Amino acid sequence: MYKILSKKELNPTVTQMEIEAPRVANKAKPGQFIILRVDEDGERIPLTVAGVNKETGAVKIIFQIVGETTFRLGKKEAGEEIADFVGPLGRATETEGIKKVCIVGGGVGCAIALPVAEEFHRLGAEVVSIIGFRSIDLLILEDEFRAVSDKLIVMTDDGSYGRHGNVTVPLKEMLEAGETFDLVLAIGPGIMMKFTALTCKPFGVPCRVSMNPIMIDGTGMCGGCRLTLNQDGRRVTKFACVDGPEFNAYEVDFDEAMSRGRMYLDYERHAYEEACNLFKQA
Amino acid sequence: MALNPKKHEMPTQAPEVRAHNFKEVALGYTRQLADEEAARCLNCKNKPCVAGCPVNIDIPGFITKIKEGDLEGAYQVINKTSSLPAVCGRVCPQETQCESKCTMGVRFEPVGIGRLERYVADWHNENAKEAAKAPASNGHRVAIVGSGPSGLTCAGDLAKKGYKVSVFEALHKAGGVLVYGIPEFRLPKAIVAKEVETLKELGVDVETNVVIGRTLTIDELFEQGFEAVFIGSGAGLPNFLNIPGESLKGVYSANEFLTRSNLMKAYEADPRTPIMKGGKVIVVGGGNVAMDAARTALRLGAEEVSIVYRRSMEELPARREEVEHAVEEGIVFRLLQNPVEILGFKNPDNPRDERNGFVRGMRVIKMELGEPDEKGRRRPIEIPGSEYEIEADTVVIAIGTSPNPLIKDTTEGLEVNRHGGIVINEEGLTSREAVFAGGDAVTGAATVISAMGAGKVAAAAIDKYLSEK
Repeated sequence: MYKILSKKELNPTVTQMEIEAPRVANKAKPGQFIILRVDEDGERIPLTVAGVNKETGAVKIIFQIVGETTFRLGKKEAGEEIADFVGPLGRATETEGIKKVCIVGGGVGCAIALPVAEEFHRLGAEVVSIIGFRSIDLLILEDEFRAVSDKLIVMTDDGSYGRHGNVTVPLKEMLEAGETFDLVLAIGPGIMMKFTALTCKPFGVPCRVSMNPIMIDGTGMCGGCRLTLNQDGRRVTKFACVDGPEFNAYEVDFDEAMSRGRMYLDYERHAYEEACNLFKQA
Repeated sequence: MALNPKKHEMPTQAPEVRAHNFKEVALGYTRQLADEEAARCLNCKNKPCVAGCPVNIDIPGFITKIKEGDLEGAYQVINKTSSLPAVCGRVCPQETQCESKCTMGVRFEPVGIGRLERYVADWHNENAKEAAKAPASNGHRVAIVGSGPSGLTCAGDLAKKGYKVSVFEALHKAGGVLVYGIPEFRLPKAIVAKEVETLKELGVDVETNVVIGRTLTIDELFEQGFEAVFIGSGAGLPNFLNIPGESLKGVYSANEFLTRSNLMKAYEADPRTPIMKGGKVIVVGGGNVAMDAARTALRLGAEEVSIVYRRSMEELPARREEVEHAVEEGIVFRLLQNPVEILGFKNPDNPRDERNGFVRGMRVIKMELGEPDEKGRRRPIEIPGSEYEIEADTVVIAIGTSPNPLIKDTTEGLEVNRHGGIVINEEGLTSREAVFAGGDAVTGAATVISAMGAGKVAAAAIDKYLSEK
């Protein structure tokens, strides 16, 4: 069992927790993820590591309540325990040789993007961050991003805060104005990452994305997280859990990845409703 | 008394009943059947059966104890060399091992050694009162990577000699392929749990949720005071066909399909982990895993399940008994055909149609058998122009697995072959000092019992290495 050391609601649907897992805290690097089960018989879900504290053995996770498992996790309080917590999994973000980076975060993906931005800042790189949300109610981690960014642009889809529009707008403006980056790293919904890649491509700026497919074991065993890369005209299958989660954005077949992400949509809707009802009755 | 020329059949659930439940198919011998089967053993002097067993169980020895009515004694004979008798009695391919060497088998059917082993182990698990006792510690610490058959065997043998053993498992439950791969109806999970419990009674620590190569590396295990390491991490990486359509929704690797059903209990009435069920299911492959996947799909409620295999019935690599069970249950065998493409649904008028991107069928090509290959199996050859389509809602790819590269990639100086298997010598030693390996991580996908045999060899070598150190 793994103890919940702290819990904080960042917005009505996004929660931050610290879980006591010293071995994971000791090893995790930005870009890596963990898999957890809330309780016995629970589903295994992957979540990116949002930060660690080696002294206390705490691993920070930030999750959006989107389905049954995250709903059950959100119902847990500090001091309670969860059944399983394993990691760190996947490859860490490659930081070598990068002097200037643009971090593009969308929605809860900002939670994944933050530790990467922090790492680049710590390594002395110039960090430009663009973070986007549907509206001001869903805004998270603004201060944290500001602290590690040389420049921060906040976007909202409805214009309720920051600039009106999506994250590709300021990115395109900067690139058109001749600004260059050693890397643009996009983390968020599939559609946002796809359009970030399309925005970058004409300018030839290197672009990477962090994929978050459905997975079970996280060690390469099930192959459920497979995605297709287009490499030199060949279609190559990769496993996000061991080969990723970060990939060259220009190679990823986003349409296929987004389609695979919706495989259990019907089931998930149903399970989420059931779980909500269960808690209402209790 | 005239000896029965035939093996006593083991009672099973009727095919039409078992096709709709996940309870064990074979029900095991009764006391009377076990006594009658034991009586068929000639107790011959040269004991050829023992040489046919990868862990060298004293087979005539334990059968003699059954004849004497001493079932606990029989268990103790098996337990001397095998750590997982209730498992082996169920999943070993006895027909190609011990039973293939049986003297009775020269003229009649061989003795049902596997069925007797299972009977004895089950009797012990139901009736034994005393917990296994941890022997006095010899002070040496050994780390085992992976809690599958090779790891559990290696752990058991070392614990019995007084070593302080820690087993590290990546998943949340111990047992490896015995819990995520082999289905409940062939190997009840309670039996695996019981075997793991017995190891814990012997003093073995089992730590789940530790991925060696990520959470800890092999080198860090030595830094933590372990004096030897055994790698039994299995062949965890599923192979795909590399044909168009393999990433459609509804296409699974056998590992994923079976893991969802077995480990994550998707077969239960109200599962928390989803699985696609119902409709028409095609399983590609002809091994035990393909049979397991097909029979699982049937039990999950598929209306039709078929196996697509590129050779004929003769060449199916699965155990005969599993194939027979599958046929009895109504699995359709589409032999001498090979998938060319998996076909997906696409509504040209509506890109938002929820069915878009799901499997709708498979295009296959007919095959014929040509000259035997280097292994003596006849090579399948495509018949040009023979392609046709089969309907399907779910496709399961069961064409084997490769060793997982996680440990290789994070352990300097660990040599692997071109298939990714860890290179070892005859004692299980790798290219790294004090690091041993065995099972599928070395050989690629093979059987439970060969992995156990490898765990045993390595345990003996680790004992020798640490006692001479």
